[in-house]
Amino acid sequence: MAKHRIMGLFRDFEEAFNAIAELRDRRVPGLGVDDVTLISPIEHPEIEEVLGERPSHVPKFTLCGALFGMTFGFLFLSSAQATFLVQPQGGKPVVPLPTNIVLTYEMLILFGVLFTVISFIITARLLRKRNSLYSENVSVDQVGIEMSLNDNQLEPVRQLFKRHKVLEIREEVVR
Amino acid sequence: MQTKDINEDIKWAQINKDVLRSMENPRMGYWIAVAMCVAMVGVALTAEILQYTTGMGNAKNWPHMWNLYIATFIFWIGMSHSGTLLSAILHIIRSDWRKPIYRFAEAMTTFSLMTAGLFPVIHVGRLWNIYWTLPYVSDRGIWPNFRSPLIWDAFAVFTYLTSSALFLFIGMIPDLAICRDNAKGWRKKLYTALSLGWRGDDRQWRNFRKTYLLMACFLIPLAVSVHSIVSSDFAMSIMPGWHVTTFPPYFVAGALYSGCAAIITLFICLRYFFRFEEYMTIPILEKTCKLTFAIAMVWTYLNLIEFASVWYGHNAAEKELLIAKFTGPYSPFFWAMLFFGSVLPFTLAFEKLRRHIPTMFVVSLLLNVGMWLERWMIVSPTLSMGYHPIAFDVMWPTMVSWAIVFGSFGWFGLLFLVFVKIFPSISMYEVKEMVYHRRRVARDEQAHVFHRRTGDHPSSGTATPGLEGA
Repeated sequence: MAKHRIMGLFRDFEEAFNAIAELRDRRVPGLGVDDVTLISPIEHPEIEEVLGERPSHVPKFTLCGALFGMTFGFLFLSSAQATFLVQPQGGKPVVPLPTNIVLTYEMLILFGVLFTVISFIITARLLRKRNSLYSENVSVDQVGIEMSLNDNQLEPVRQLFKRHKVLEIREEVVR
Repeated sequence: MQTKDINEDIKWAQINKDVLRSMENPRMGYWIAVAMCVAMVGVALTAEILQYTTGMGNAKNWPHMWNLYIATFIFWIGMSHSGTLLSAILHIIRSDWRKPIYRFAEAMTTFSLMTAGLFPVIHVGRLWNIYWTLPYVSDRGIWPNFRSPLIWDAFAVFTYLTSSALFLFIGMIPDLAICRDNAKGWRKKLYTALSLGWRGDDRQWRNFRKTYLLMACFLIPLAVSVHSIVSSDFAMSIMPGWHVTTFPPYFVAGALYSGCAAIITLFICLRYFFRFEEYMTIPILEKTCKLTFAIAMVWTYLNLIEFASVWYGHNAAEKELLIAKFTGPYSPFFWAMLFFGSVLPFTLAFEKLRRHIPTMFVVSLLLNVGMWLERWMIVSPTLSMGYHPIAFDVMWPTMVSWAIVFGSFGWFGLLFLVFVKIFPSISMYEVKEMVYHRRRVARDEQAHVFHRRTGDHPSSGTATPGLEGA
């Protein structure tokens, strides 16, 4: 059975929202909202009302980055300062906490930011080739619904899109 | 008279068209500004070459030869503060009027930092040894002194530059995708590479928002720490006029102040160059002016606190320096600083003046003159009246030094003007969001009024999604 990918382009978010809501109500056998991707010119957090809550894992990476930066920063400074052991310190501590906190703090932020950006690229699945269904109208004002389907689901989805005033339907066969 | 931050009826396609057009077809004023900046950079380069061939400060300003450069370094670091910091704060508190102006403000941050970064290089005098400032171990196994605020400076500025540049870039990705979809030739290749394959699906938007929010949360304390650390360069010394407890907040307030003034200047320039009257509106300019006025008053208060602390502290050297600032050889600059920094901002308190663009342009430039003088008045008088009588001298910079400082404005301007020509200076997707949400709120309010009149009781929060591109 061939696999298909289909994208419907809608005039506005309201129509796309209603189309997904109908899909959620299982009008198409074997197809749920987990298979649906909404493509829009702006963010629509309200889509989670029909798509369900989809968590982001970026904060976990951020936390790891910040902890790594803090640990690395402090260890880097202290190990560098420890080489001064052979020299007189004039009564000052070899590893001075108050001053090291400043640079540890900077490293915490630097690595927190770097890990956040890297995790964004990974979790948002960037740096991948866009599929041929992508429409440039989505970057203007239209809203797309994209999903992968089996042969028998194709026609019901087309009909569903048409019921919600779809402007254009794009399809491709996935090998 | 414009009363709304933005016209809610503007079509989304029109937003794309207006912003993309700005990257192709600016007014003649843009090209004149570019030519002026190139000329200024040329002057600075000539002066720089002269300085390297004849010696630092042309050997006339011993022992204060670096003070003008350090003052300008602080000025540019300060200028960098408002862009990213205000953008991050306003993003977190969901002030949507930031949306049409935050992009160029963030770019201003990045380019100010890049300009500031030139000054340590220039003032060390031996450009080829600049790598000595990096924190690496020497051949005798000795690391730099991590207790020194100068090393903190290097770390803090590097962290801030990296984070601000990434914040600017991440916020620009959806717009780069729009540019990619509309560009041809070399621009298409550039935007395709930089947009990282963005297509605007719900997964990307969700992670994008989270990333942007987290970065904003990091950038606020970072921005405050950077200028606090720059102030530590002075405050942690024992020199009169520098060993002041209020320096960190004073520097941060001064930084925000000069940054806000610069945002007003650039706002007016971009509005004119790119015909952005629909997006960079008078109400948004007014809000920025009010913010600048509030920060100016904080800065004024911190100045008064500093004077009072010195006066009642009865430290002879500190007091002598303060009196010298008011009455000595630098007094005209000191009084000018007080006038531009504390008196002139009162023009921002009047609605009629706030709405008058030429007045605001001149005022914003003069505010920044005041802020530059502030930095110079921090550095120079103390060096002239330190604890070592051998170093007592009134320093007047040479033409070479002035030319380099002058050229730094050209360098900043050139970077900025090239940026706004290649990249969208208004965030298209955020302006669309602003229009979308405001239209929705307006429609809900209308529905509420209608239902109240008809005695109907609509359930609250039932606003239907939609309306985009209408």
